[in-house]
Amino acid sequence: MIYQDSKTLLAVRGLHATVNGIEILKGMDLTVRSGEVHAIMGPNGSGKSTFAKVLAGHPAYEVSGGEVLFEGGKLLELKPEERARAGVFLGFQYPIEIPGVANSQFLRLAYNTVQAGRGKDELDPLEFDDFVREKMKLLEMNPDFLDRSVNEGFSGGEKKRNEILQMALLEPKLAILDETDSGLDIDALRIVAGGVNALANRDNAIVLVTHYQRLLNYIVPDYVHVMDSGRIVKTGGKELALELEARGYDWVGAELKAGVRAST
Amino acid sequence: MSTALHNLVNQPYQHGFVTDIEADVAPKGLSEDTIRLISAKKNEPEWLLELRLNAYRQWLTMEEPRWPNVKYPKIDFQAISYYSAPKPKKTLNSMDEVDPELLRTFEKLGVPMNERAKLAGVAVDVIFDSVSVATTYKAKLAEVGIIFCSISEAVREHPELVRKYLGSVVPVGDNYYAALNSAVFTDGSFCFIPRGVKCPMDLSTYFRINTQDSGQFERTLIVAEEGASVSYLEGCTAPKFDTNQLHAAVVELVALDDADIKYSTVQNWYAGDENGLGGIYNFVTKRGLCKGVNSRISWTQVETGSAITWKYPSCVLRGDNSVGEFYSVALTNHYQQADTGTKMVHLGRNTRSTIVSKGISAGHSNNSYRGLVRIAPTAAGARNYSQCDSMLIGDRCGANTFPYIQVNNPSAKVEHEASTSKIGEDQLFYFAQRGVGAEEAVSMIINGFCKDVFQQLPMEFAVEATKLLGLKLEGSVG
Repeated sequence: MIYQDSKTLLAVRGLHATVNGIEILKGMDLTVRSGEVHAIMGPNGSGKSTFAKVLAGHPAYEVSGGEVLFEGGKLLELKPEERARAGVFLGFQYPIEIPGVANSQFLRLAYNTVQAGRGKDELDPLEFDDFVREKMKLLEMNPDFLDRSVNEGFSGGEKKRNEILQMALLEPKLAILDETDSGLDIDALRIVAGGVNALANRDNAIVLVTHYQRLLNYIVPDYVHVMDSGRIVKTGGKELALELEARGYDWVGAELKAGVRAST
Repeated sequence: MSTALHNLVNQPYQHGFVTDIEADVAPKGLSEDTIRLISAKKNEPEWLLELRLNAYRQWLTMEEPRWPNVKYPKIDFQAISYYSAPKPKKTLNSMDEVDPELLRTFEKLGVPMNERAKLAGVAVDVIFDSVSVATTYKAKLAEVGIIFCSISEAVREHPELVRKYLGSVVPVGDNYYAALNSAVFTDGSFCFIPRGVKCPMDLSTYFRINTQDSGQFERTLIVAEEGASVSYLEGCTAPKFDTNQLHAAVVELVALDDADIKYSTVQNWYAGDENGLGGIYNFVTKRGLCKGVNSRISWTQVETGSAITWKYPSCVLRGDNSVGEFYSVALTNHYQQADTGTKMVHLGRNTRSTIVSKGISAGHSNNSYRGLVRIAPTAAGARNYSQCDSMLIGDRCGANTFPYIQVNNPSAKVEHEASTSKIGEDQLFYFAQRGVGAEEAVSMIINGFCKDVFQQLPMEFAVEATKLLGLKLEGSVG
């Protein structure tokens, strides 16, 4: 939701990034204020997921230009774990499996590390168990998730719920959800979206990276951005997503080219 | 590899100091004269000298094994000193008379030899270079009839027991290094648990190589009579030298009817530096004989040190319904090489064995599991379950699995599972994105990976092993 007294959480200016020497982000600009929900859409290969990973500090991507301010501080100078502790959360498109490590252990380590980083109290295993079970109800998760190895053998829907559970535990200021809707059936989508909506408040912000309008029926964005060739080429309200759904992405590119011609 | 992963696997070795202590060292070289010298220094009976000479003569006809998946230059057996003993000022009557320099050494290593030993409730035998320097808790154990002393002392005090069992599990000509050990072993631990006695505390031997050009050839013999049980722990460290030292030990376990022996090792011999210079050649023969019905022998090992490890703690399951177990974590880093595993030889009916092997390779190291499961025609109803998992850290290391399965009885059931995984950038990034740095992430992944083995270790050992793996991997994640 757009609030009058909101603060700027994230300011991305002219961001360029490469992977294996190939430039993927080519001058990305984006401003996100507290309380807002943004959707980033765009065709395959337009740089949406790269943008999400670069913000979180994935080591495979190299920033080759531009800057990112998070709550006024230089985000790109922080290590990935420092960004997480500062309140940047990435919901993974493909959550990573960690065999042999129980989900409960992993979740508690993550929770306590982030709490400690924020100068807040850590929880012992028993306290944490109560705490996490409460959060799991929000996502209608079966408690035996806690005993299973992290994401190992989880269905697509279970993995995505586990991501949102982590978001619920870590209470980020900025949650970037990368294709959280992919691989979800309609019931799982409803549950996951319900979880995200329950976590949204006027102090945090959510950036949804998605291909499809479908998710936006459940999580209603304040802004919809269209990415193409590594930058945002069009921004509108939630109705833009419906138009994209109806007309595809090509017309945005065509409009852009026309605009370029008109201005030269 | 990211820097964090790199730094995590590269923690400096902490036991690499040398103790300046006067030692009685035999001249280098190996011949019948050397063996006679060792035997004479130890005032051994004639039969033991004969056993040694017999082993030596067999050794002369044998070839160094070339089948392990390890590479090293040919060892010059004439360049090694086969006897090195800290010079005693006089005969020792109590721990107070042990050379304080020695005590300080073990203090540094964290080995409980005195008051702390009592608190920890562990009886310790300490082997420095080739000889046993101290055994704690002897009197208390003697009250229940347990003999726990150095093997030299056992030869003097209990020759009939030693003669009966020495070489009964690992014959003197069993293999190249076992033959060498049988010829030149200088000390080791002896432990005898009489019929029906459950050993009231964990027994422990601590091995330390101190001299640069000496080999360490210790011999351990553990016998558990009918219904007896014992848990035995073994720890090893050595100073840093830029040459390689040879460690060729033999361990024999004998379990009679209903007896139970649990043998745990945390091996942290010096592994060489990050370029592969120096380190121990750890060529060890360990074998347990489940001689009686319903007996059980369980090996648990955490192998983190040595330049080269060549070691297959095995069980011969002769008694009906006997059980053999092998739980292993082997970690290699830098240029370390390990070829380790087990042999489970099923002879008796309804014998059961379990093998759980976890290999972790980092740096440029090479880590092989080699295991044999043999079901003899007599072993009706035998069962084996094997699980061999490998984990790779970085992309310059190697992991191999060589399982050998020979089944000669149709009623046997043998299962083998294997997996290979990799700690990758993506896993570490996932942890990082949840606020957790690489060191903690690797430690959690490794502990998860080794959980099934660590659960088998006695409590303090499990804590030590967990810490040790963390230290060993420090710097390798990156």
